[in-house]
Amino acid sequence: MKEMSRIVKTVTNFVYGFIIIFGFYIIAHGHLTPGGGFQGGAVVGSAFALLLVSYGSLNSNKFLKKDIFSLFENFGLTLFIVLGFSGLGITFFYNFLANSGSWFGDAAVIGINPGDMNTGGVIPLMNIAVGLEVLSAFGVILLTMARGAEFTKKKENS
Amino acid sequence: MIGNLPYIAVAIFIGLGIYTLMFKKNLIKIAIGVCLIENGVNLFLITLGYKKGAIAPIYTQAPSGQAMVLPTPQALTLTSIVIGIATTALILSVAMMIYKHYGTLDTDQVRRLRG
Amino acid sequence: MNLSNHIPILIIAIPLLAAFLVPLIGRINKKATGILTTLALSVSLIFTIALAVKILTVGPQVYVFGATSPSLTLPSGLKFPIRIMLQIDAMSIFMGLITAVISFFGAIYSLSFIKKYDGVDKYYSLLLLLTVGMFGMEFTGDIFNFFVFLEIASIASVALISFRGVDYGEPAEAGFKYMMVSSISALMVLFAVGIFYGQYDLLNFAAIASMIKYSQLDKIALGLLIPVLAMKAGAVPMHMWTPDAYSEAPAPITMILVAASQASLYALFRIVFSLYNISLNALTVGWIIIIFGLLSMFIGVTMAIVQKDIKRLMAYHAVSQTGYMLLGVGVGLAVLANPVALQKYGITAMEGGIFHIMNHAMYKGLLFLTAGALFFRTGTRDLNKMGGLAHYMKYTTIFFIIGAAAIAGLPPFNGFASKLLIYESVYRFNPLLSIIAMVVSILTLASFVKVFHSAFLGPKLPQFKEVKEVPRSMVFAMAVLSCIIIFFGLFPDLIVKNLVHPAVMSLIEQLQYTGTVLGGM
Repeated sequence: MKEMSRIVKTVTNFVYGFIIIFGFYIIAHGHLTPGGGFQGGAVVGSAFALLLVSYGSLNSNKFLKKDIFSLFENFGLTLFIVLGFSGLGITFFYNFLANSGSWFGDAAVIGINPGDMNTGGVIPLMNIAVGLEVLSAFGVILLTMARGAEFTKKKENS
Repeated sequence: MIGNLPYIAVAIFIGLGIYTLMFKKNLIKIAIGVCLIENGVNLFLITLGYKKGAIAPIYTQAPSGQAMVLPTPQALTLTSIVIGIATTALILSVAMMIYKHYGTLDTDQVRRLRG
Repeated sequence: MNLSNHIPILIIAIPLLAAFLVPLIGRINKKATGILTTLALSVSLIFTIALAVKILTVGPQVYVFGATSPSLTLPSGLKFPIRIMLQIDAMSIFMGLITAVISFFGAIYSLSFIKKYDGVDKYYSLLLLLTVGMFGMEFTGDIFNFFVFLEIASIASVALISFRGVDYGEPAEAGFKYMMVSSISALMVLFAVGIFYGQYDLLNFAAIASMIKYSQLDKIALGLLIPVLAMKAGAVPMHMWTPDAYSEAPAPITMILVAASQASLYALFRIVFSLYNISLNALTVGWIIIIFGLLSMFIGVTMAIVQKDIKRLMAYHAVSQTGYMLLGVGVGLAVLANPVALQKYGITAMEGGIFHIMNHAMYKGLLFLTAGALFFRTGTRDLNKMGGLAHYMKYTTIFFIIGAAAIAGLPPFNGFASKLLIYESVYRFNPLLSIIAMVVSILTLASFVKVFHSAFLGPKLPQFKEVKEVPRSMVFAMAVLSCIIIFFGLFPDLIVKNLVHPAVMSLIEQLQYTGTVLGGM
């Protein structure tokens, strides 16, 4: 698809960083506020869609590469399953980090509380793994469809 | 009566989705029909958890002394939305492959397999 | 750490981990992807056999995710279970054995079949995800978890059906039709899950089964679930996707898709028997399932006789054989409320239907693999163009004869055993149904004689001069399936007494199912 005008490109340059940071904020605070892995990953994926639309698919192949996205997707998925396996001493998906004092290990207060980010055990780590996977998956889907659209347009025009 | 409005909306969504799926000829419109049915079912799941006058089920800095809506249907709906994305992406990719080989998106022409 | 407690989840989790590792390993070495897949599926097969021995001797088993002990279903004095759990009894492990064997041999057959395509690492990853989806559908004890695994299996199978769609248009068309059908059925299953949750506030099979009241809303849920799960299994009048999807998929995937359709059939039986049990109007629902079965048998086989494409013909036969299973179990359901008739012929009818599931997976898998072998060497699936291949492909001919004799119900093979059980017991229920079943069996034999004559007999044709026998891994997969068919045919009593009868009993007795989870309440 063709690139858009200079105004759109300038606004995109300002804004896409904030969208990506907002997406990571939603991923990281998933155990306290609404959000979590999938929702944050979808927001970061929409930042990639913004880049793809405003720069055109030929130009964005220079800075959004499909192979790297595919690699990160596999990392995210493997990390999720490994976190599930690591509780296998008791049961699969057992939350072995909760109330233990190490990473994310503070005891959670039951009832209304001001919100402590250090709680939750293995849940924030799984949120990060799923968020990484979802943002890479969006990148792969968008880039593959853009390349397919180019191929069809070339066939139509020829 | 006012409390039944979301359920009527669910029925309208699913009805329109099935109508689009059965009577429209363009492949992309059929994909949109599947999305409509999925939106209707998600709305149905969320509406099941509603309690009158309750707030969102989050404990972080919540006002005290209020009832909360049920959180389980929200988890079910979230899973269903994720599955819906995978379904939509796959059905659109298959439609693109059909366009590449058949040259048309009309279901009357995409009929090489029959009998 | 006592490994034998964790076997149920390892059967599902090890192929899942392998599915995510295969693309990473595929970047380094292409051949290792197939070997890793076969290794993961062989581990699953060994664990499934070990679990089957344990369940058939000790009893049903429960595995709770994330609890402090694997069988702690009701934590700290709660009256209903709150975590996702796997619940495995004799019927689940029966289907699990079928899935494990079929996927393992599908992966071995794919080692040489899929080599000339590209994107092979994604193929193996999707095959492992399809296996995970099937195991999850058969082992789970939670209705929403069932929906998630149903969608995983559907999405993986759509991607696999359209695998050759990069070069040809027809697989993409078949994949689109299948995706539409499976989306609608999965969304309607989710709607029924919503109805159950709205009424009882519970998502666990056993917990809902202990509280079900068969109100108007439950009737709506049953009316949604039966046609939709029969649609995924390929019963008439919802069978339109079956010939396209089964014929355009690569041959080992068609074999695994047959097992995936049986998993939906298992879910239908599980919901009707263990969730509703006697609370529903058994005679009416039983007759509805019998009507589905009769239509599938008859329309399947009559459409199959006129086909020219070998895999399309076999796909219509798959529809027809699904009708036998629905007929057998439908008769069992129709007499569920009548204990005298149940003991006399109901249990035998259900044994026939459920034994037929395993037999059908074995011989239909073998037939699809032989059709794949013919396609691999000759490049065509059209029966008018083939001929005289028995001169060149001797092993494939023998395996095809064994498969065709088994599907037609000839004596020393396993089709005869399950069909005899169905004929005898259905005759006592209503003689007309049994006569229709026998006529369908004769027509099945006729169509396979036609295929054998067109493809294998006849003089040597000049365009097939370079055709040799298929590679060793494909012959190995077909040979082991043939041995299983012959073994089941010679000793059916062993299988029925040890595997099928406990499965039927665990379906009929709902109290045993709920007692495992709710602790005898």
